[in-house]
Amino acid sequence: MPVQSIWTLLSWGPEGWSDDIAYGALVTIALALATLPIGLTIGFFVAWAKQSEEPSLRLAANIYTTMFRGLPELVTLFLFFFGMPILLQYVIRVFKPEATVDVDSFIAGMIVLSLIFSSYASEVFLSAFRAIPKGQYEGGYAIGLSKWLTMRKVILPQLLRIAFPGLENCWLSLLKDTALVSVVNLAETLRNAGVAARVTKHSFLFYSVAALVFLVLAILSSIATGFILRSLGRREAR
Amino acid sequence: MSVSQAISVDRPPPQARGWPRTRIVGYALVGLWILFGLGIVAYLVYAWNGEFFARYAPAYLQGLWTTLSLVAISMVAGAILSLPVTYGRMSKNRFLSGLAYCYVYFFRGTPLLVQVYLVYYGLGSFHPELNAFGFYLPVVSDWQQIMPYVSIPTGLAIERFTLWDFFKDAFFCGVFAFALNTAAYQAEILRGAIESVPRGQWEGAASLGLHGLQTLRKVILPQAFIVALRPYGNELVLMIKASAIVAIITVYDLMGNAKLAYAKSFDFQAYVWVAIVYLVMVEILRHGVEWIERRITIHLHR
Repeated sequence: MPVQSIWTLLSWGPEGWSDDIAYGALVTIALALATLPIGLTIGFFVAWAKQSEEPSLRLAANIYTTMFRGLPELVTLFLFFFGMPILLQYVIRVFKPEATVDVDSFIAGMIVLSLIFSSYASEVFLSAFRAIPKGQYEGGYAIGLSKWLTMRKVILPQLLRIAFPGLENCWLSLLKDTALVSVVNLAETLRNAGVAARVTKHSFLFYSVAALVFLVLAILSSIATGFILRSLGRREAR
Repeated sequence: MSVSQAISVDRPPPQARGWPRTRIVGYALVGLWILFGLGIVAYLVYAWNGEFFARYAPAYLQGLWTTLSLVAISMVAGAILSLPVTYGRMSKNRFLSGLAYCYVYFFRGTPLLVQVYLVYYGLGSFHPELNAFGFYLPVVSDWQQIMPYVSIPTGLAIERFTLWDFFKDAFFCGVFAFALNTAAYQAEILRGAIESVPRGQWEGAASLGLHGLQTLRKVILPQAFIVALRPYGNELVLMIKASAIVAIITVYDLMGNAKLAYAKSFDFQAYVWVAIVYLVMVEILRHGVEWIERRITIHLHR
């Protein structure tokens, strides 16, 4: 094999690996963005349950967060990736004895990351819930809004604003956690960089590129959240 | 107007009894969790396999020991390494603080898995260079047994060790990457804790004639550690959880042994057991830290 210069290796096209890693970066972003709405929704409802007056709801929510914050991300991923096909197989075999089940690594990653993200986000939402004075709820009820409408129109807008900085941290750790899904063969940034490293034997180069991609994603997210925060602040001022 | 009348008017509405919607949902969810727990127990009973247990339980214990020593070594090494980083972060020197900031940003901004790969596979590209850095250490070359289980060294030899000897071992690579990573997080914890101590404490100590190091040791750090205890506990828990990823670079820690057991037996309980062990470990630690925090802040509660 002729010795290739690192610029050839890093070029775009059949000779280089930049296009593969860029494709992987797109998969990373897609996975994180697909997880975000699910995780936020679950996290919000878990936090709502945690600050409820009903003890059984609190208990159920606390079990949820204890479990998914206590398990290592990798263990949760493996439990789902290997466990879900077994479970689904049992269910499907009842209807169709010959069927085999395979779980897509993107879907498995999405589910696992949503569970983890939501349990961390619920803590952020919970502290935001505690920062909202009771009078806001009472005011909502006093003008005749239902419980759900009060939550949606009065509490939620304030909640999001208070929770935003904490959620930014959750988002950054979500971005980093997507790298774990490479272990179950999802062709994302780290996986593609690893393939490039193995083929070309330039491990340090390509893993540095992967690290750089994650750094750039983190920097881009902080710029984006800075914009959102400023626009939130402007709306507050008006 | 009588007083009793005013009171009867202002009574809050009675507590909701019976079955409001939240209670129904709550009971249903708790019921689901109980079903889930029973399902796990039933699965473990159903899948109980004496041979599997006899074969892999010792391996799991070994793995637990590997995990704990990896976390302990890298936590301590990270704590030592975090001191200069904290100093840099808090220094007024633009260059030093910039350098420390970049260090922290890199290690907090990239996934730990990437850092571990960078050390384990990446440094492999520098094999010849790493081999060039050698140092000589005396090692015991001969042992003589004088009693059962008791040997005394009888010979010494000088051997050459290189950096490559360190970096070719997956365990040491894991320790190295974890120590660098946790140093960045611990530096931020330490900095936050020191900055949480009000300025007046520094000024008060200075007016008593304490110099910088004395102030730090006798006045600032005791207060800072109370603030830092919880984040340190969280960091320890995070490290234990994160340590599972060294299984990917072929270290046989707890997770590594679970992977091995699953690959050999195709028995899913390998992962269920390891999940239970991690969960128990993390819960014990979390409650332990809470207990310590209650103890050391006892003088602050009134």
